Amino acid sequence: MENHLLLILPILTPLLFAALGMILYKSRTAQRTTAIIGSAAQVAVTVLLFRRIWEEGIIAAQMGNWPAPFGISLVGDTFSGIMVLTVAVTSLAIFIYSLADIDKKREHYGYYPALNLLVMAVNGTLLTGDIFNMFVWFELTLISAFVLLSIGNTRQQLEGTIKYVIINLFSSALFLLAVGLLYGIVGSLNMADVAVKLESYENTGLITTISVLFMVSFGLKAAVFPLFFWLPSSYHTPPVAISAFFAGILTKVAIYVLARYYTLIFVQDVGYTHTILLWIGGLTMVIGVLGAAAQYEFRKILSIHIVSQIGYMIMGIALFTPMALLGTVFFVVNQIFVKMNLFLISGIANRLGGSFELKELGGLYKNYLWLGVLFLISAFSLAGFPPLSGFWAKFTLVYAGLEIQAWVIVGVALGVSLLTLFSMVKIWAFAFWKALPEGHPADTRDYQKRISTRDLILLAAPVVFLALLTVVIGVFPEYLYAVSERAAEQLMGRTEYIETVLQP
Amino acid sequence: MEILLAITVGILFSASLYLILKRSLIRVIIGILILSNAVNLVIFTMGRLTRGAPPLIEPDAYTAGAGIANALPQALILTAIVIGFGLFAFTLAIIYRYYLTTKNLRSDAMNDSETPVPHPFSFGKKEGK
Repeated sequence: MENHLLLILPILTPLLFAALGMILYKSRTAQRTTAIIGSAAQVAVTVLLFRRIWEEGIIAAQMGNWPAPFGISLVGDTFSGIMVLTVAVTSLAIFIYSLADIDKKREHYGYYPALNLLVMAVNGTLLTGDIFNMFVWFELTLISAFVLLSIGNTRQQLEGTIKYVIINLFSSALFLLAVGLLYGIVGSLNMADVAVKLESYENTGLITTISVLFMVSFGLKAAVFPLFFWLPSSYHTPPVAISAFFAGILTKVAIYVLARYYTLIFVQDVGYTHTILLWIGGLTMVIGVLGAAAQYEFRKILSIHIVSQIGYMIMGIALFTPMALLGTVFFVVNQIFVKMNLFLISGIANRLGGSFELKELGGLYKNYLWLGVLFLISAFSLAGFPPLSGFWAKFTLVYAGLEIQAWVIVGVALGVSLLTLFSMVKIWAFAFWKALPEGHPADTRDYQKRISTRDLILLAAPVVFLALLTVVIGVFPEYLYAVSERAAEQLMGRTEYIETVLQP
Repeated sequence: MEILLAITVGILFSASLYLILKRSLIRVIIGILILSNAVNLVIFTMGRLTRGAPPLIEPDAYTAGAGIANALPQALILTAIVIGFGLFAFTLAIIYRYYLTTKNLRSDAMNDSETPVPHPFSFGKKEGK
């Protein structure tokens, strides 16, 4: 297949199946079937795309055959390739989970098309090579995310949505402002072209100002330290499948964009911008993990933990060495699997135990040993236990920090790891180990039969799959390591990216 | 002309930030609306402001003459306005729906999703209801 077809297909497939889902609006079965088929097709397409990128290096396509700096370019390098692949695989897991998790009413309101559109917008953001086009994809991500957050109209959801909407509209306005200013000084919107033109632009102070505007905007979307308050107050309100998708993917897309901008475009004043990023990264880790220590709701603990993990990714971007970026890529991919899985497990715990509140849960280990094992795998991977995948992610980042003698950030990263374990053990002790609260109905047979075997299999299958992935990445880290290594090389050696885009 | 627009943008920005920091949700979204307009004006100004020089290329020339305004930022603004309009309509709808459900429009009373949970060790003891 041609390169341009391969690059456009990850965007077209979800769009096609979203449209099909809307046409088949009346039939619930048809909607569910098309959603699953579409998601499987999405995996196939992205595997093809990733294979091509792996064989040929960076590939680019000019939309409408307009030559590079004038038209919109789609670019696939190893980082965006592995991200698109991860999104496809995890969204398949989410779609399967949704079959049992999303109620009829929400399906009727168009849950599957909305989720497909969200996948489309995310893929667009990952593959585009044009700043303004990226803004448009981000807005599409936002509107689909708004719909998914508010679908069902419960009180909590509406409230969470309003908080999410307002902060994100604000951040988009800043993004647009920065795009406008950047266009004003270089007269181009193509990322590769902007990178070339900024090299000969003398007023570095102005560039730094614009780069900080971008930093604030994507910092809001990625939920970094002083800008994260919207995340813990909105992510726990929608159904589990939706919050798992958000938790796994949306903030990481913002991290992807930050990594792209701060390796390709804003490298004039690394000493200034990347030092800010390093401070942000360290503080984000600490505040996130401390915030989680104070929570006693399953999904709220996990939500605030997202913030803490975002700190690690920022740390990799801020250290700005090939090793550190390798760590960031590894960490992002691993984190998508692990965090999503923990959310999915919280959903199963809620179905089986009847609550998200740790104090009302209990006895899960006694009654459902398998769920305990699955939770332990993901939780230990999050905390960074060998031989699970999270260990290698943190190991690479810490190693990269030690290489350039950044002792403080390494110390913070290691300390935060320990505190992460504290939160995970808290969930373990309360939800799994503690005996059921007195008088809780979950011990009775009728209560356990509330959830049908078919539903339970649909809920458990994605969780088992993602947990297996975690173990496989942990035992054989060399494959993901090799991918991350090449992604980091391409991010650091930006000439390959620029040349591929500008000379078709 | 640039100075005038710069001052206008500054006023719009401060007005919108003032409104966003208010407690009433309606004022907050009006603030967001003003903010997006302020940003659009910034992009408009970035494309140079000239009077009486339409961005047209003479019949016998290949490039446009000097001193014309860049037309692309105006196209960008058009896109941004359309997107902003859609998002604003959605936001209004969601706030209206929230108002219908809760009869509340004050942001400091939006605590439904934040209800504090008693410490787990206090379970089983009497909780005042």
